[in-house]
Amino acid sequence: MRFMRLSIAIVALVASAVASPAGDSIRNCTWCHGTSAQGFGSAPRLAGQRPPYIENQLLSFFVHARDNPLSAQYMWAAAEGLNGETAHELAMYFSMLPPEPAMDGNKQLIDIGRLIYEEGSPESDLVACAACHGPNGEGVRQIPRLAGLSYSYLKRRLEEWGEGYHAGAEPPMPGIASKLYPQEIEALASFLSFVP
Amino acid sequence: MDETGAGGPVMKVIGLHSAVLTAIVAIALALAGSADVSGRTAPRPRVGSKVEYCMDCHGPSGQGYHGYLIMPRLAGQTPEYFESQLRAFAERTRERALFINMSRVHGMSPDMRASLAAQFRGFNPSPFGGGPRHLVATGRQIFQEGAPEANVPACAACHGPDAQGEGPNARLAGQLFPYTVKELKNWTSERGSGGQAGIMAPIARALTEQQIVAIAAYLSYLK
Repeated sequence: MRFMRLSIAIVALVASAVASPAGDSIRNCTWCHGTSAQGFGSAPRLAGQRPPYIENQLLSFFVHARDNPLSAQYMWAAAEGLNGETAHELAMYFSMLPPEPAMDGNKQLIDIGRLIYEEGSPESDLVACAACHGPNGEGVRQIPRLAGLSYSYLKRRLEEWGEGYHAGAEPPMPGIASKLYPQEIEALASFLSFVP
Repeated sequence: MDETGAGGPVMKVIGLHSAVLTAIVAIALALAGSADVSGRTAPRPRVGSKVEYCMDCHGPSGQGYHGYLIMPRLAGQTPEYFESQLRAFAERTRERALFINMSRVHGMSPDMRASLAAQFRGFNPSPFGGGPRHLVATGRQIFQEGAPEANVPACAACHGPDAQGEGPNARLAGQLFPYTVKELKNWTSERGSGGQAGIMAPIARALTEQQIVAIAAYLSYLK
């Protein structure tokens, strides 16, 4: 009986979210990002992401600050019709969906990736990711959750910063990512894709 | 172009000759690794890249950064305190139990510590503020007059009237609000018995949480 009441409550919650003013926008997002927002193809997982991070990225698409090719091709148009309130609602909605790790990286590189994540490489002036992104890649405030994002997405972002594309809001990442060797990018992206 | 053509071909040849000579000198200098005319080579820019490394976590100009960890402001810090903390991290007398290997990320030669201290001394970005404004006045009073009922001396007596620091006594002006709170609430567990613990540990213990928050709020806005 309690289980029935719980499932009715969940259905009502989801239905109200989808039926709200942001409901149309949610459907537009899940078209590419997957019905449970776990990501699909080159569109990253939104489920469980930090709400201020999602809002900042939507703003960065709107003002064309985030300029990597796929963002320019798809997200600039997607963010055009959004106002601040809808962006906020979208961010809150997606942040509450339970994330599932992509687990699509190279398992052999997990240990190396973890070492770089936790210690960086002081000899190469590379900082430890964990200092900002947290001990389990969970993120905090506007700093994104990295845990469980897909290997291909993380690899592409890190490479693009090294190629000179701009981040949405935060200054440190392009400079930091530029210092990574290709093997380090592979290891980091692999490790993070497996973090629950 | 000389219309009469009188000095035409000769002028062009001399011009070309100078240009080639200049190019040869320029290429030679570039190949020599930016050597100046006496042949000395410029030092490898290691301090520069290390400064950037520090700023990747501690923020542009060392203003501090609110990551998962709160990375404190380094800008304008006294060189003696700056170097003493780097040594404390390296020797593991400070912040041993953390998910980041603090000794490793802060490990470097004494020369590099001194160079970085000198660099960050010269930065002066604006403070973040952010502490509860309604407690700033209380914080200022404790900072300048102490808390006699708790046997707490005035912070200003050691840290300077404007919290600019002096020698081993840290500059506190503009320090990040959550960082100052954390240090005062956790002095012994984070810094052990070394450094200024003889003076700071009893003070940190004597201060109430409200007083700590007030002091930290005052400092967070101080330029």
